[in-house]
Amino acid sequence: MSKYDVIIIGGGPAGLTAALYTGRARLKTLLLEKIVPGGQAAVAWAIENYPGFPEGIGGPELMERMRKQTEKYGVEIKSGEVVRVKLSSENIYSKREREKIINTENEEYKTTALIVATGTRPRKLAVPGEERLIGKGVSYCATCDGPLFKNRKVVVVGGGNTAVKEALFLSKFAEKVTLIHRRDELRAGKISEERAISNPKIEFLWKSVVTEILGETEVKGVKVRNLDTGKDLTLEVKGVFVHVGSVPNSRFLKGVVEMDQAGFIITDENMETSVKGIYACGDVRKKLLRQVVTACGEGATAGFVAGQYVGKYKKEM
Amino acid sequence: MEIVLNDDNFEEEVLNSELPVLVDFWAEWCAPCLMVAPAIEEISQKYTGRLKVGKLNVDENPLTSAKYGIQSIPTFIIFKNGKVLGQTAGAMPKEALETKIGEILNEQI
Repeated sequence: MSKYDVIIIGGGPAGLTAALYTGRARLKTLLLEKIVPGGQAAVAWAIENYPGFPEGIGGPELMERMRKQTEKYGVEIKSGEVVRVKLSSENIYSKREREKIINTENEEYKTTALIVATGTRPRKLAVPGEERLIGKGVSYCATCDGPLFKNRKVVVVGGGNTAVKEALFLSKFAEKVTLIHRRDELRAGKISEERAISNPKIEFLWKSVVTEILGETEVKGVKVRNLDTGKDLTLEVKGVFVHVGSVPNSRFLKGVVEMDQAGFIITDENMETSVKGIYACGDVRKKLLRQVVTACGEGATAGFVAGQYVGKYKKEM
Repeated sequence: MEIVLNDDNFEEEVLNSELPVLVDFWAEWCAPCLMVAPAIEEISQKYTGRLKVGKLNVDENPLTSAKYGIQSIPTFIIFKNGKVLGQTAGAMPKEALETKIGEILNEQI
């Protein structure tokens, strides 16, 4: 079984920054990534609020740069999805902390410190028709599938930052974008809101929810209910882009570290979880603001604090 | 080696192929497509002689993309004897993709 000083799970901005710090601290570091590094940021078409890039930068390019910078310092990057984390059995004769044992489908690793940066995934609408039509008009990523809906009518469900940004992106291709939101105002950044409201291709259905997605083998439309009047209407559309929040990727840690009800991991201000030597950073952490820049800051802290923990652990040997 | 497919050679390279063919529908602007590209490359090498692997750019080849109703990319479709054996969409780890391919092909590789 391979043994590391630090294992980092997740290769988005938080995980890559944590790895940059542990790599530069000469700690033996392994970064495990489910597919390839980049995370959700890698599918953002333009990031305009990451400092240092006054013209904005594409998500894939920014993440490629972060990966390269991290690899410069000897961090090993492997692909694999972590399915289980457990603590080594307690040795009552030693005051040393317990090691962490990490399992992917095919491998087992041991590490002194563990940094969890697994991020979130899009929340589903949970309405009839959704599951059946995923990839057949139902999408959770406009920047992935949007250009395939050239000159078609689409809807975006949700009113947060991602929903508004994705509606703006879709407006470049689609004939018309209808944004369906259950409130009567958006909850996005002001600049994006202004752009969306003044965009002639974007229409809004306020105080409305999607109750069903129609179509057998491809999306034909959506049923929408107005929450004030209770009245239903049907929109004929080819694409349904769902952006109604996110769900943390933390199930493999259930029962190991403390989480809130939704599964976001609870840490102190130094990113330490309820278990010594396990840290969490980025979107998977319970916090207020989920951005690339906050993920990087937390990754730096987690990397630094994990390094201190490993140093102390080695002294007690 | 992956082969480059287009609207013109699709029939010959895919539908008339003696080997089963895995077709990767992709586009340059699609980040998840670029993410799985190395995995597809590895798969094409690993299954040389048992599975043909081809990439079709959906922007440049609207006819074939429309024919197979591609609305999300990457989409992977496996063809055998001119027929669709099965398909899957979305970026996924190489192992998961291989499992899916194995399931679709059963023991036909």
